[in-house]
Amino acid sequence: MSILVDKSTRLLVQGITGNEGLFHTQQMLSYGTKVVAGTRPGKGGEWVLDGKVPVFDSCKAAIEATGANASIIFVAAAFAPDAIFEAADAGIPFIVCITEGVAVQDMMRVREYLDQKQVRLLGPNCPGLLTPGEAKVGIIPGDIAIPGNIGVVSRSGTLTYEVLYALKLVGMGATTCVGIGGDPINGTNFIDCLSMFEDDPHTEKVVLIGEIGGTDEEKAAQFIASKMTKPVVSFIAGQTAPPGKRMGHAGAIIEGGAGTAADKVKALEAAGVKVAKHPEQIPDLLK
Amino acid sequence: MKLHEYQSKQIFSRYGIPIPKGRVATSATEARQIAEELGGRVVVKSQVLVGGRGKAGGIRLAKTAKEAEEVATQILGMEIKGLSVRKVLVDPAANIEQEIYLGITNDRAARRPVFMASAAGGVEIEEVARTNPEKIIKVHIDPLLGLRDYQARDIAIGIDLPKEYWKQFGDICRGLWRAYMESDATLAEINPLVILKEKSLLALDGKMLLDDNALFRHPDLAEMRDVDEEAPAETEARKYGLTFIKLDGNIGCMVNGAGLAMTTMDIVKLFGGEPANFLDIGGGAGADKVAAAMRIILSDKNVKVILFNVFGGITRCDEVAKGILAALKEVKPTISMVVRLVGTNAEEGRKLLADANMITAETLVDAARKSVAAAKA
Repeated sequence: MSILVDKSTRLLVQGITGNEGLFHTQQMLSYGTKVVAGTRPGKGGEWVLDGKVPVFDSCKAAIEATGANASIIFVAAAFAPDAIFEAADAGIPFIVCITEGVAVQDMMRVREYLDQKQVRLLGPNCPGLLTPGEAKVGIIPGDIAIPGNIGVVSRSGTLTYEVLYALKLVGMGATTCVGIGGDPINGTNFIDCLSMFEDDPHTEKVVLIGEIGGTDEEKAAQFIASKMTKPVVSFIAGQTAPPGKRMGHAGAIIEGGAGTAADKVKALEAAGVKVAKHPEQIPDLLK
Repeated sequence: MKLHEYQSKQIFSRYGIPIPKGRVATSATEARQIAEELGGRVVVKSQVLVGGRGKAGGIRLAKTAKEAEEVATQILGMEIKGLSVRKVLVDPAANIEQEIYLGITNDRAARRPVFMASAAGGVEIEEVARTNPEKIIKVHIDPLLGLRDYQARDIAIGIDLPKEYWKQFGDICRGLWRAYMESDATLAEINPLVILKEKSLLALDGKMLLDDNALFRHPDLAEMRDVDEEAPAETEARKYGLTFIKLDGNIGCMVNGAGLAMTTMDIVKLFGGEPANFLDIGGGAGADKVAAAMRIILSDKNVKVILFNVFGGITRCDEVAKGILAALKEVKPTISMVVRLVGTNAEEGRKLLADANMITAETLVDAARKSVAAAKA
């Protein structure tokens, strides 16, 4: 069992002919993900990866021909908002946007529109998600995680890999690992994922990887305290980050004294969450 | 990206917001000329990208042009919170009856822009926000609809603005909204917006923060960046698409991914070391980017150790290793280096670095311990 993606996921890749689109489509196919179509306006009718995946001019055409029920976006930041709108309008219920650097005002409009249409977005600026052994929708290296009973949700990319790898080294595996992305305005958030993990019968424990900026970890802590029965272990990156500086991720910035790691750790600990001092401590705290 | 007060007010002015008729000077003589042209009392205001200029003595009143020159001489030699003042704005002094706060920012939690206003504007607004948050009116804006007229009226009513100013205030709200939207700002703020004794409104001070991710569609605004005000290494890093933030320690960190870069700093500190920087080489960094990153780290003379922590995903460890080798040939550093490569092509990367005389580490903890030990050696 898993959340969001599994063997029934029929994936559409938006921006399939670009370098990253092609490379990761190949990786996803090798992992066993059903990539049924790709889009690239102007290249409809072509095939990529030795004739494995058909390319369409639009999401609408791709869905009509292949019955795609999820999409992943690899287009450049300037065009990513349009790609999200297009997928939503074509009827895709679950969209994953890998693209980094999408303008925040664009994302506010995207979120407003998607909420009205009840379309779920993951990202932008995220590594996507991985249900070990079943499906990989995104760029998380497939070989660093094994199937298991731990749900993982994270705002970061490579830090998530670090945690999955630390779990694998001690034989622990994941039901699903979801990277929600490091932007200030995104689609799926911590609470959405915690709630899905709580409902997923195969997930027994959850790892939440947060970072400085915003108040999502504090809200997650409230949710954990009031709604969750499963144990949660956490790590918060950015203990040493100076205020006022954007630490790489657009969302990772301590503003007006709010969003510090110390506040988040405090809120999580008050909710009964064990907080690791560094990622390699996480497996011990899960035991 | 932060804009100066004078730049923010110029943008506001394009959207019909009334601003003082002042100009920017880079020398005291120029400040005097501007004061002469304006006539009467002027305010000389340092243009630096930090808050608290007034309290630091960087904003001063001058009764005459001669006094403006004297005041400008003092301010132009000042350092405010570590930044030297290179420009002053000379504005005519205003006859203030009341100071209002008016601003728009992105409300992350609500995922919408929010207008904020208070009848108690001026330098103490942050204090008001802390102690009397109810005195700050908040109106969220639907990003698909934009600011509606009734919302501007709600703000005016919310701050008890006398009716005679509603129309002008509405125009200012609409102007500020357009300035915020069309510049892709993350903050557009007028503080204070003043009611003059002459019974009209004037934006005395302005502040704008722009979304770096949206600058691609605003080349005119991107040119306004004041590179004098950032650390040279940060400017250099941006050229190569690297994110670099200088810190005060002696362990240089080169990492792929922002979350992991922060974690690497944290773990160095946890094991008793002090990170010299935050540096994210990003996803898929090739050899040239890695070499640039290494030069930037080494330009900080405090650095005694470099810790390379790379978890390959999109980024290939062998590419990073090639970058390290290229940089080593070029800069020939004499300091210790600790390297940890995991993930995509890690084995190939390690082989490439086998003869490079670097300390290798298996885990994060191992890497942090070895770096801290090397820094103390």
